[in-house]
Amino acid sequence: MATIAAVIASTHHPFYYRASTSTGADRPPFADEWAAKIEAFRETLTRARPDVLVMVGSDHFHQLWLDNMPQFLIGKAPVYDGNFYNEEREFGLPRMRMAGHEELSGYLLRQGLDAGFDLAFSNELRIDHSITCPLITLRPAADLPIVPIYTNIFAPPLPQPKRFVELGRMIRQLVESWPGQERVAIIGTGHLSLELGGPRQFGPHGPDPEFDRKAVGWIASGDLESALTEVSLDSLWLPGNATHGFMDFMLMMGVAGENVKADYTDSLDLFHTMEAYFTWYPEAGSK
Amino acid sequence: MSKYLLNKFLYTIDRDPELVERYRDDPRGTVTWWEAERANVILNVPAAECSTWLTFEDTEREALASHDYVKLFELGAHPFLTLTLFIALFERDYAEPLGFQREYAARLGHFSLPYPDIAT
Repeated sequence: MATIAAVIASTHHPFYYRASTSTGADRPPFADEWAAKIEAFRETLTRARPDVLVMVGSDHFHQLWLDNMPQFLIGKAPVYDGNFYNEEREFGLPRMRMAGHEELSGYLLRQGLDAGFDLAFSNELRIDHSITCPLITLRPAADLPIVPIYTNIFAPPLPQPKRFVELGRMIRQLVESWPGQERVAIIGTGHLSLELGGPRQFGPHGPDPEFDRKAVGWIASGDLESALTEVSLDSLWLPGNATHGFMDFMLMMGVAGENVKADYTDSLDLFHTMEAYFTWYPEAGSK
Repeated sequence: MSKYLLNKFLYTIDRDPELVERYRDDPRGTVTWWEAERANVILNVPAAECSTWLTFEDTEREALASHDYVKLFELGAHPFLTLTLFIALFERDYAEPLGFQREYAARLGHFSLPYPDIAT
């Protein structure tokens, strides 16, 4: 059976690539501290020695559009190209190309459908910064095959938060039951409080530091009960109009397990949004 | 209300570098052309099998033709689409980093929760 080498949840900040690679007068004052935190975070994946990366993110109106919008989708392709023209334009992100792990994709699709999740699939998927950003931060060589999983946190009507948690639990169970010998890391990225295209955007901190403080506590302690009690599709508008991306963190809490404390937690208060990084090692003795 | 069509305009302009420049330079002409030629094109379907029913309402057409992102927010256009395209249009005109984004926030400052509904 496959081994879950690590479970990792983080924010995905599209400005990191440019901030961390800029020099001289172009380098923002927070870049050094940010890069140091990312490099420490990267080590939590490196030391887990993964062979395959299952990567949970959300398309930002790139390939997926309102005329045909899946709620949960798994890519099943031998190759994934990454990043789009408007991400190069706004964030300076590079074009990328990753191998796909079709066998694990096919297993998750078949077993997931049989377990009651009517997952959509894509045999030709160009992935965006919700998946390329964690590759840049955690595995910049992008040298491992991936299984991309997209969720809809963006285009209402959205699935309920509990459905994200249930999908996370199922992904955990299916990867553990996969009859491969690989070491699989499950990585997902979302947001804490975030406002995009609204009056609270691009402030000195995230739009709701109190929500961020609570959310980091829920994630770090695996407190799904509090998260599911306090978070609803309606309530997520309050901390910021793009905070539904927090449901991808809830999905990852489902992967990590109820009341399972993260083995590694870090955060960074930046302008516009708070960064947060979490790693769990389900495999005993691998810390 | 045709929030879907507003979003379709923002989405299809944003993903095409030539259309971004055309919309910056000639917003009214671009909106007129797009509504006549592109509004009913289904994105993953051959042009001969287009839709027949999509048009802007007057306030929507005027908001797009006047680059009025505050009005687009009020009309329930998806704020991510509006923000992304308008950064491409106007960030270059501001000397300070994030200068446009912060002015954008300030100009929306009179909105309070709940924001206009963006569901399509």
